Amino acid sequence: MSASPDEPLVVDARGERCPLPVIRLARLVRGLPPGEVPVTVRVLATDPAAASDVPAWCRMRGQRFVGAEAEADHTAYVVEVTPTGPAAER
Amino acid sequence: MPSHDPGTNVGPPQTPAPDGRRRLLDAASGPLHPVARDTLVAALSAGWADPARLHAEGRTARALLDRSREVIASGLGVRPVEVSLLPSGPTALERAIDGVRYAARRRGARTVASAVEHSAVLVPARARAARSDDPALLAEVPVDGLGRVDLETWERALAAPGTVVAALQSANGEVGTRQPLEDAHAAARAHGIPLVVDAMAGLGRDAVPEHWDVLVGDARSWGGPPLGVLVVREGVRWQWSGARADVEHGRTDVSPWVPVALAAAEAWQQASATTAADEARTRSLVGAVREAAAGVPDTVVVGDPDDRLPHVVTFSSLYVDGEALVGALDQQGYAVASGSACTSSTLEPSHVLAAMGVLTHGNVRVTLPLPAVSPAIEADVADFCAVLAPTVARVRSELGVGDL
Repeated sequence: MSASPDEPLVVDARGERCPLPVIRLARLVRGLPPGEVPVTVRVLATDPAAASDVPAWCRMRGQRFVGAEAEADHTAYVVEVTPTGPAAER
Repeated sequence: MPSHDPGTNVGPPQTPAPDGRRRLLDAASGPLHPVARDTLVAALSAGWADPARLHAEGRTARALLDRSREVIASGLGVRPVEVSLLPSGPTALERAIDGVRYAARRRGARTVASAVEHSAVLVPARARAARSDDPALLAEVPVDGLGRVDLETWERALAAPGTVVAALQSANGEVGTRQPLEDAHAAARAHGIPLVVDAMAGLGRDAVPEHWDVLVGDARSWGGPPLGVLVVREGVRWQWSGARADVEHGRTDVSPWVPVALAAAEAWQQASATTAADEARTRSLVGAVREAAAGVPDTVVVGDPDDRLPHVVTFSSLYVDGEALVGALDQQGYAVASGSACTSSTLEPSHVLAAMGVLTHGNVRVTLPLPAVSPAIEADVADFCAVLAPTVARVRSELGVGDL
């Protein structure tokens, strides 16, 4: 996956129960090269807990929750992350 | 003759702790206050009869039931005729709302309730709205990040035509946050709408609420057995369609079992005698748990830090499921609850955590027992605080998320 601004990164966590959608989001962000430009990530999930947990993760990790979009059989949670790299975390 | 039939013998269900000691940090439903336990056992002999019977045993049971009601009424600052005893707190809560709504059925059928009310409020109200194909029959008023109801929205919701009943808890049993009852009651009163206050989480542990028209409690919160307490303030329009006038002032069709009522009254007397001292003790212990939890990486402590129940605290840790945390703590001898729904059969996480918009996974809920129930409560909490961070770290590492 490339972090081009035109093509948002996607975490496809459909069918997965909490806390997996948030774990996969955090893992993807951790693997991104550090940068100052925010990267858009779409988290696709069917687990109802994601509606609270994705925004909560953003708040706890200092990232920006943009919004949720209802799709046919799942919800897409849009997040803008500024990758800091593994070393700078915590 | 020895039998291989396990029958109803109850063995110890607990996982023994490494040091053999269990630490009860989930007192939402017991165990009984030790004095109430003795009362219950004694009442099995003295108060077994149907209080409606005319024989000596029935009259004894009636006298014990009346005495129980007087104790509870006096503790709540109401008159015995205002108090009905129902099989459980949630039953009483659902009935409390039904009675207000039924009495006002010619004016409308709309319910206003906070989004963090007990499911005994929300589930039937949602079902009724769905059956009538009218979502407006229930207004769920949102709460802020601490779990406190939004008063402006509350007032607006009450103003909608056809609103006949409002429901708000005195404090939330999952996160501890108290609700602004005085303002919420004033707003309801301005529209002539009775306010049902659910005090199931706090009676016996926190001050008795003053601002209500119908009050609901559960004897479990003060160390008693499961018993619903429904108080309808004199002058409040309340009627139940299924009433039998001779049972519990027409507010239920089931007479309470007298031993349970007596044990509930005894527990009230015991707990209320020490509420102020117990409150101070548990409040400082909850403060210690809040501090320990806040020190665990990527963990959020939920609910109001000050304006809250003295004995309830909950927190959520990123990247773990609550069930795994409960299991890991259980193995070490700690009984705690969780509002997460990651691996359990429940598909929805706690509606309270979701309404507050806080992290629902990795949730642990501590409800401290009365000090009389757990005399070693200080040591239990200190031990819990000490194992918390290492336990979360170990569960994270077992789940392969220790690096996140």
